[in-house]
Amino acid sequence: MRRSALTSTLTFYLPLWAFLVLLLFPFYWMLVTAVRPNKELYNLSLNQLWTSHPTLQHFQKLLFATHFAPWLQNTMLIALGATVLALSCAVFAAYAVQRLRFRGSGVIGVAIFLSYLVPPVILFIPLARIINELGLWDRPAALILTYPTFLIPFATWLLMGYFKSIPVELEDCARIDGATRVQVLRHILLPLALPGILSALIFSFTLSWNEYLYALVFLSSTGSKTIPVGLATELITGDVFQWGPLMAGALLGSVPVALIYSFFVEHYVAGLTGALKE
Amino acid sequence: MPSVQVTTAARVVRPAGLVGRVLENHHALGVMMVTPALLILAIFLAYPFGLGVWLSFTNATIGQAGRFVGLGNFRYLLGDSVFRVVVLNTTLYAAAAVVCKLVLGFLLALLVNREFRGKRIVRAIMLLPWIVPTSLSALVFYWIYDPTFSIITWALRRIGLLHGFINYLGDPNLARASLIAANIWRGIPFFAIGLLAGLQTVSPTLYEAAAIDGAGTWQKFWFVTWPVLLPLTVVVTVFSTIMTVGDFQLIWIITHGGPANATHLFGTLAYQRAIQGGFIGEGAAISAFVLPVLVGAVMVSFHYLRRE
Repeated sequence: MRRSALTSTLTFYLPLWAFLVLLLFPFYWMLVTAVRPNKELYNLSLNQLWTSHPTLQHFQKLLFATHFAPWLQNTMLIALGATVLALSCAVFAAYAVQRLRFRGSGVIGVAIFLSYLVPPVILFIPLARIINELGLWDRPAALILTYPTFLIPFATWLLMGYFKSIPVELEDCARIDGATRVQVLRHILLPLALPGILSALIFSFTLSWNEYLYALVFLSSTGSKTIPVGLATELITGDVFQWGPLMAGALLGSVPVALIYSFFVEHYVAGLTGALKE
Repeated sequence: MPSVQVTTAARVVRPAGLVGRVLENHHALGVMMVTPALLILAIFLAYPFGLGVWLSFTNATIGQAGRFVGLGNFRYLLGDSVFRVVVLNTTLYAAAAVVCKLVLGFLLALLVNREFRGKRIVRAIMLLPWIVPTSLSALVFYWIYDPTFSIITWALRRIGLLHGFINYLGDPNLARASLIAANIWRGIPFFAIGLLAGLQTVSPTLYEAAAIDGAGTWQKFWFVTWPVLLPLTVVVTVFSTIMTVGDFQLIWIITHGGPANATHLFGTLAYQRAIQGGFIGEGAAISAFVLPVLVGAVMVSFHYLRRE
């Protein structure tokens, strides 16, 4: 009995704790730095891992002396816009490819999968030129229109997995009862695929919220930036680092996605499992 | 006679008229439904993809369309010492980071695949490094790697293992190692959650059957778990390789490609030359070097997806 307790400690709890400490330490460090007063932050003789004088001065500085508020607003607007656009395209595309089996649907399914593999580093230079020619430079629309290029492929594949798991018989019954194809989609498939749609929604929103490269290239003025770009470019001024406000901003920028996930993690994992089984 | 009655009762009444008929034709409806998605992918993905390939053969600069220069950009790049370092960096970065992420992610997946108290919360929080914005966690790593106030240095000095300071991002090899560590940290959850999903699809009856046949823990893993997991492992690894080779933000935020251009990957060098320097054609050519990786990845994933 004691032997097995020792074994499980050594082979299970110890490695698990090691992983958790490793994975969570940067967040702890973010938090501690964000609440430590400046005179403690830059004094190496003090215990760096703790503070007994927590302060909100960095948050105050971040919120009232930087452009964090407009960045937050931009990030929200862009993430919502891109998510809504991408999902309204993906739901129909997934239904059509998975269920309608029209001429060319197989090829289109493969093409959508392939487009998911194209990394943004291949596209950002020509895209910069296209955005410029469309007159979208420095506008939220530049990102709302380009983010769906990676959101649609993922969401479509995820939803195809969901639609596939819904028995065709349900659809056939409704068809026999006289429902049109559009009614079948609206009243049968969409409600049943709701968990999948929710996963796609969460995933698309966080991917848009986190995006960096396109936001860095297509937005140029300070006030129009998103949080990921704004913090890194505007708060690192020359050699003067404002670590307190920077970490406060990193914390505030991470919390929304972390919260969304912790609420929906079950859906999310289920969705991913569905997509991978596919 | 009764059969006729049944047919009448079940006769389907559907909307007439052109719109109704088009919506009922699965070819027409299918095409209509995929059109919005395809339109966006065509304008903002396929077109720039082609335009990028074209630009890589031109001497375009910001504001100038440029003209065709054949393989000029590629020839220039292959003779450029900075670019040659980039090729080495990318190989090292991708190989080291992907292997470590695979091993550690797999270990983590095995750990959390069993029943224990707090399983749900552990599975939720282990995702954090992957779901929070990478640019923001990159800022934390930048701070962790600070030459003076690094928490690693402070801890090492505190326990007496170190007397001086470590300039994590000032030395080329140390900077590379630091970036790889940050990339591994971010990528472990992706492998862990992907492989966990795979582990959960292995039916318990298979393990029972193996146990009845006298299989031990190792044999169960090798003959039951691994065959089920292999295709998924390949797909996850391929995805991760593309993402790692195409990485931008970790590098750009933590080192800007420095010190002295020693840590650039394709993405950061392309950004520096094309967006900051204005040499669009040359930047597009640098990006184009990611294509062989992409093609290889596509072929591998197709191979395994077809087998599935």
